[in-house]
Amino acid sequence: MDDPVFWHRLQFGFTATFHYLFPQLTMGLALLIAILKGQGLRTGEARYHDAARFWIRIFGLNFLIGVVTGIPLEFQFGTNWAAFSRSTGPVIGHTLAMEGVFAFFLESSFLALLVFGERRVSARVHFAASVALFLGTWLSGFFIVATNAFMQHPEGYRLAADGTYVLDGFWSYVLSGWAIAEYLHVMAATVVTAAFVMAAVGAFWALAGLFPDVAKLNLKLGAYAGAIASMLVAFPTGDSQAKLVARHQPVALAAMEGRFESGPRAGLNLIGQPNVSAGKVENAIRVPGILSVLAFGSVEHDVRGLTDFPKESWPPNVELLYYAFHIMAGLGTLMILVMLVAAFLQWRGRLFAARGWLWVLMLSFPAPYIATIAGWTAAELGRQPWIVYGLMKTDQGVSPTVHAGMTLFTTLGFAGVYLALGLLFVMLVTQEIRHGPPEARPLPEPGARLAPEPPAPKPEPPSGIPAPAGPLTRRR
Amino acid sequence: MAELWFWMVAVMIALYVVLDGFDFGAGALHLFVARRDAERRQVLAAVGPWWDGNEVWLLAGGGTLLVAFPAVIAAGFSSFYLAMFLVLWVLILRAVGLELRSHVEHPLWRSLFDVAFFVASALLPVLLGAALGNVLRGVPLDATGFFALPLFTSFRTTRELGVLDWFTVSTGVFALVATAAHGANFLAWRTTGEVRARARRASKVLLPVLFLLWPAMTLATWAVRPGLFRDFVGRPAGWAFFGLALAGILAAEWAARRENDLVAFLGSAAWLLGLLAAIAASVYPVMLPSTLDASFSLTAPGAMAPVAGLKIALAWWCLGLPLSLVYGVVLARIHKDRVPPPAEGSHGY
Ligand code: HDD
Ligand code: HEM
Ligand code: HEM
Repeated sequence: MDDPVFWHRLQFGFTATFHYLFPQLTMGLALLIAILKGQGLRTGEARYHDAARFWIRIFGLNFLIGVVTGIPLEFQFGTNWAAFSRSTGPVIGHTLAMEGVFAFFLESSFLALLVFGERRVSARVHFAASVALFLGTWLSGFFIVATNAFMQHPEGYRLAADGTYVLDGFWSYVLSGWAIAEYLHVMAATVVTAAFVMAAVGAFWALAGLFPDVAKLNLKLGAYAGAIASMLVAFPTGDSQAKLVARHQPVALAAMEGRFESGPRAGLNLIGQPNVSAGKVENAIRVPGILSVLAFGSVEHDVRGLTDFPKESWPPNVELLYYAFHIMAGLGTLMILVMLVAAFLQWRGRLFAARGWLWVLMLSFPAPYIATIAGWTAAELGRQPWIVYGLMKTDQGVSPTVHAGMTLFTTLGFAGVYLALGLLFVMLVTQEIRHGPPEARPLPEPGARLAPEPPAPKPEPPSGIPAPAGPLTRRR
Repeated sequence: MAELWFWMVAVMIALYVVLDGFDFGAGALHLFVARRDAERRQVLAAVGPWWDGNEVWLLAGGGTLLVAFPAVIAAGFSSFYLAMFLVLWVLILRAVGLELRSHVEHPLWRSLFDVAFFVASALLPVLLGAALGNVLRGVPLDATGFFALPLFTSFRTTRELGVLDWFTVSTGVFALVATAAHGANFLAWRTTGEVRARARRASKVLLPVLFLLWPAMTLATWAVRPGLFRDFVGRPAGWAFFGLALAGILAAEWAARRENDLVAFLGSAAWLLGLLAAIAASVYPVMLPSTLDASFSLTAPGAMAPVAGLKIALAWWCLGLPLSLVYGVVLARIHKDRVPPPAEGSHGY
């Protein structure tokens, strides 16, 4: 209880996980919105603009919570991990500062234009704003992933005499193999997230008989983007991550897979519970040979087990690491199935009426969130006990002047603040989904500037559902 | 190299204060210059497109400090632990108050978020001003390069230091007045109608108050850290920035009286920039002074990261800074018209 390292890790893990719930949707959705706007511009069909208008509102809310929860993370490098920052700052500071300079400025400058500016600028400029947001968010994802990749597999640095890290090769740091593989995997997962969310809202509207035009569009884009991206998450991106872990973090791989003994023809545990004290996996259902193939590309390749490594080098929580990794990979497989069926139905033109599968789509939007949290947990736990893999132990990284009680206190503070943020977010997003796509207004002529908006007419409630009652109606 | 990076960090922090300063000021005046719902929305719409980009200067400045002077980040952030989290939570409150207010049409909801935006915006300059006060007064840095500081003790500036004492509280209040005046000038420049009229009145009151408080604050600083002024006297850059600050505030006073809103705003911006730069010129090379022993102070050459990496950082900086300026110009062009009160029920802030 009074070990500060534990509380620092808990705080960082909690706040980073909460933060990531939002960028995870932001980045994927930015791509899908740019696609919708581009299609709208190309075809001139109103439904694309209607759908984009709805998703931009969700995007705005989601972005806001992402911004306010991101800033604490940046501060925590200094407040909680001062020793780590002092020695690695000359390296990781580059990507953290570049994220601000190259990505956050871009995002923040064009966000208001995207969210509130549709009637202020031409359709073309509004489309450009959506592309700027897409580029900005995907860039910021890159810089932060490159930072994380350095902690997983440091490259491009040199150690100074006093233990400070010096940036030696800019490109080998920023574009290390680990960074690229991690980035592609993470980005594919964000598209999966956005596709599932889009399809779930479409499925809800379809089942409830609401907004059929936009619901169809959501289902179509969600199913196709989801099918492509969920396959990309597993192969080649997840697969190449696994190969990197096998090569550079063999202990972490052994723990993720619950592999205790070394040897060739390593099997893959599909199901089973690791029992660390007994050194085996209970109730294992194992496919022989697959792990050797997945990790090294050949059945005969040796895969080392945990007992091959000294116990101090094991990740401290083998069970959690094992479950986290299996949840990610298991859900990943299920999500491929869900989206392949949906895409097939869509292709045959039957998805909109396939109520059974609409239910599945509507209820499965949490899956990518759970898989992503599990994925980060696997990555970050697998890195333990190192904060910079192989170079600096996590307990050498903490702030010397901060006591366990202070960190516990601020963690509780974050828990309270984030609970409130989460409730606000859910409430406002629900309100948007209930109201559906904001009604179409004529788009201004390119270049035309409009006077202040005329008061919008009260929307006709779609037949069959009661009009939203009460004073808690939303602005139009 | 150390001097260059010291100035890069100083300029970024000063820019942050000038830019987010007008957001703080607008928020601190929010409840007073805007009374009806449409007026409140007008204030939010005036700062809405800007605040996030302004806040990024804090992040970019912090990142630059981490690249160039990691020991300063490590000591400052971890030793001001609780105060830092207070700033973080208030920053969250400010953003949420501003952005979520108009999402629900209920008057109670809107009042709640108006007050949240006001409280957070008024508190932030106080906190950041007090932080600057701490950096000026000095902290008990020891040989480890860290220190521990209670939130407050006896409110004296010698022995038994606390984060808050009479001096740092005064710098906080001074910062509030300064940003409020700056925010009033911003609103006077960016809005129309009643809000503009009230903002102009606020500016005509706040600028003279600021002009009187400034020498008082200077005297207080002299009492707490006399060495600063000895160094200042011998530094031409310091005098130049002081001249900029003086010209800025005089121009602001003059322009506010003539209701030349843009010049008044530029004047208060120049004053903030000049004042912070003059301070930076006088403290150089000390970044975080130790009250225990001057040899423990963190100085720019002493705390600087190895030069090899900084050369690389300079390269991407030369690429990034113009880009961010371009975005700023584009943003200013898109929002070049004054913000009128929004129509009833329209979509926006
Ligand atoms: C929708 C989310 C999602 C899904 C379905 C998957 N992943 Fe994943 N995975 C992530 C989301 C994610 C992530 C959150 O994006 C992680 C965390 C850190 C990272 O680099 O990406 C991650 C990390 C991660 C790692 C790195 C662990 C480490 O660095 O120690 C590996 C080896 C895999 N994944 C492999 C897979 C495989 C083989 C999958 C097969 C289906 C898979 N992932 C599905
Ligand atoms: C946003 C996605 C991320 C999530 C969800 C995440 C999750 C976590 C979790 C769960 C922990 C606690 C692990 C433990 O118990 O040991 C942790 C620790 C940590 N993570 Fe991450 N992480 C993310 C990204 C990052 C990135 C991009 C960085 C670096 C730039 C980073 C740096 C750290 C640090 C410094 C710690 C504390 C030290 C440690 O316990 O290893 N994380 N993170
Ligand atoms: C643990 C390390 C992390 C830190 C220190 C961090 C820091 C931040 C900060 C300060 C912001 C707000 C920027 C603003 O004011 O506009 C932000 C937003 C954002 N972050 Fe993070 N972040 C972390 C993890 C991640 C990861 C792992 C990703 C993606 C892979 C990510 C992607 C984004 C994106 C896309 C935004 C834009 C806002 C949004 O999406 O809501 N962040 N982050």
